[in-house]
Amino acid sequence: MFVEEAAARLERAAITDAPFVERLVLFWSNHFSISAAKGGNVRVMTGSFEREAIRPYVLGRFADMLLAVEQHPAMLFYLDNAQSIGPNSPAGFNRGRGLNENLAREILELHTLGVDGGYTQADVTSFARVLTGWTVTDQRMILGKNREIKLGEFAFMPQRHEPGEQTVLAKIYPDRGVETGEAVLADLAKHPATARHIARKLVAHFVSEKQPPPALVARLEKAFRDTGGDLAAVAKALASAPECWQTPPRKVVPPYDFTVSLMRAFDMKYNQVEALRVAAAIGQPLWQPPSPKGWPDEDDAWMGPSAVRERLRIAERIARLANNAKLDPRVTADDLLGPSMSEQSRQAIARAEAREQGLELLIMSPDFLRR
Amino acid sequence: MTDCKAGDCKESLVLTRRGLLGGAASLSLWGFMPKVARAGSRDPRLLTVILRGGLDGLALASPVGDPDLQRLRGRFAVTASGEGAGLPLDGFFVLNPSMPYLHGLYQKKEALIVHAVASPYRERSHFDGQDVLESGLPGVGRTENGWLNRALAGLATDGKANPQGLAKAPMKGLAMGAVVPLVMRGAAPVLSWIPQTSGIPLRESTIARLMDLYGQTDPGLAKAFADGIALDKVGLPEAAAAAAAAKGAPAAPAQPPAPPIMREFVDTAQAAARFLGSADGPRIGVLSYNGWDTHANEGAIKGQLANRLGGLDAAIKAFAEGIGAAWNDTVVLIVTEFGRTAQINGTEGTDHGTATTALLIGGSVKGGRVIADWPGLAEKSLYQGRDLKPTRDLRTVMKGVLRDHIGIAEKTLAEIVFPSSGGINPIDGLIA
Repeated sequence: MFVEEAAARLERAAITDAPFVERLVLFWSNHFSISAAKGGNVRVMTGSFEREAIRPYVLGRFADMLLAVEQHPAMLFYLDNAQSIGPNSPAGFNRGRGLNENLAREILELHTLGVDGGYTQADVTSFARVLTGWTVTDQRMILGKNREIKLGEFAFMPQRHEPGEQTVLAKIYPDRGVETGEAVLADLAKHPATARHIARKLVAHFVSEKQPPPALVARLEKAFRDTGGDLAAVAKALASAPECWQTPPRKVVPPYDFTVSLMRAFDMKYNQVEALRVAAAIGQPLWQPPSPKGWPDEDDAWMGPSAVRERLRIAERIARLANNAKLDPRVTADDLLGPSMSEQSRQAIARAEAREQGLELLIMSPDFLRR
Repeated sequence: MTDCKAGDCKESLVLTRRGLLGGAASLSLWGFMPKVARAGSRDPRLLTVILRGGLDGLALASPVGDPDLQRLRGRFAVTASGEGAGLPLDGFFVLNPSMPYLHGLYQKKEALIVHAVASPYRERSHFDGQDVLESGLPGVGRTENGWLNRALAGLATDGKANPQGLAKAPMKGLAMGAVVPLVMRGAAPVLSWIPQTSGIPLRESTIARLMDLYGQTDPGLAKAFADGIALDKVGLPEAAAAAAAAKGAPAAPAQPPAPPIMREFVDTAQAAARFLGSADGPRIGVLSYNGWDTHANEGAIKGQLANRLGGLDAAIKAFAEGIGAAWNDTVVLIVTEFGRTAQINGTEGTDHGTATTALLIGGSVKGGRVIADWPGLAEKSLYQGRDLKPTRDLRTVMKGVLRDHIGIAEKTLAEIVFPSSGGINPIDGLIA
């Protein structure tokens, strides 16, 4: 199931006519990182998580994506909220088990405000109490009285929910069951720190982490705030920003995107399983980022010497496959990179000793490896 | 993932294209790294091996002297004699029969087994268990760096300032594999090496042309690519053999074909040995072996676990032989996130448990011993009625090695490398 979902994602990326939207999907999927490496439930849900909680909202409202993400079973399992129990809830009294702060902390630190967003440990704990009872339906619940519920869906269990009002970011929330958590998320979505955090992350990802143009960050932040978190408006502000097109490419294309670029550029029936294996081998096993923070976004994150060397071996393999199609590397380079290609790259490709080598140099040129 | 974190990117690489293609034997990219121990002739190496999935310590070192072993394991137990007999250790424990090389090292007093040991983690999730094992924290909690990297960073601070006086010269860690594991992530720079994704050879003419292109247009890629090619002079077996032959040393004898698990384990171990063994190479490394999560058909004597332990034994052999004379300055620490249930389950396997074994191997180890404060396998002695009870914190082993082998101060270990671990004392006398 995992492999099928993974192959479907790759194929979609390879054939899409809307690559910018696919990149937004990748960005948001990484912003709300989960990892199949958690095992069990999370592994089988990684595909559906992206399809159900991310993809429908990348041009929608941030508040809606946030709610869909935090109520998705994959996230509730991944960050352990499915097992979190209010200490003063009926279940807490009976079982002597307790609060798990993991989800509440990561929502504040990673998903909304950002690490410097001005929240405290007390906010984390209160928010964790608010989120108690947010869990996933399991076999036991189905066997119980309610035959309406389906297995593996979001559920609010009042018997696990911590009773009483809670204070999060200096605002008092009376206890309204599941609605309390929804209200906190809605407030977080429109918090100014969230707008700033998201704007910074978008610029770090799409332009540069080391040298983010401050004016662009400010414009995206404003677009987010002015539209109440309309992600289509934010994406438009990003795509139409001159900084995106004027700044020299600083980032090395991550392994997964590199693989997709190869499939797109050479229009190949590149075996999806092999493509995924290769992306994993050079550092990016699909849907298994190293931590809830997601894949690294530093400009040089994918410049590991051994991995760059291995890209050449992949290029040689692709060039062999593509050479059968008798591609002229000069024409292909023009088609793919056009005027953005440097004169030096153009010359290196033109002077290659064979067609195959020309394609290798094209794939390994800074123009293809960076963006 | 990135090779340059602490300012060493600015170091100019003295590799020329000619030197590179000519098979430069000495790696100038390592030339500025300080040695771990600056005094005396010791040049200690430490390789940490993480067995991911939860190793069944009771199958690796079987307590044949415990009267409850048979009750719990029945015909699946590694026994003192008869079918499924283990290799003798100290009378109370026997070693899994799939590990004859390790047994030889034990007899030479170069291998030590610590039993009934566990990290501070007491739940049963691989993910969280590995995080605790690698973060060095007292419990679950997200962190972006691990104890091995903090140990490296500690060494860097102890070292002298480099000639420019800009930053302390960093000690570089080695991680085998494309994704640097948490234990090695952090401020100290890490060299990650990945094996080939296919057998396609890189053409020298293409390498040369790319060097020219990057040299003209992209210094970042130029350095990364040059380093990547240079690393292969050490990392890849053919290249290493060619370099050795060029120096007049006999090439390593050809290995007979091995089953895939063994080949994978052995290849990684050999590459790690080449890096840690080279004169100016990294001194502290990590690698991971997956696949120890034996819920069904465990096969400790014959079957999947026996095969994996056999692969591990072959990897230990390959590493010990590959690192050559440096073996005398080496400690290999082999750990896992948790053990498995004491009793065999309904599918002839074992489920996630608590205490297990840790191994210390190498010429620097004061071996030939099993260190265990044995809790017993009687029902009342088991942790939560099901697992081998931990009687020793794994951090006591790690701290003992880092203090006595690498020379990291106890205070640094208690506060930085393993935060809030003041009461967890290093084991004395692990190092010869």
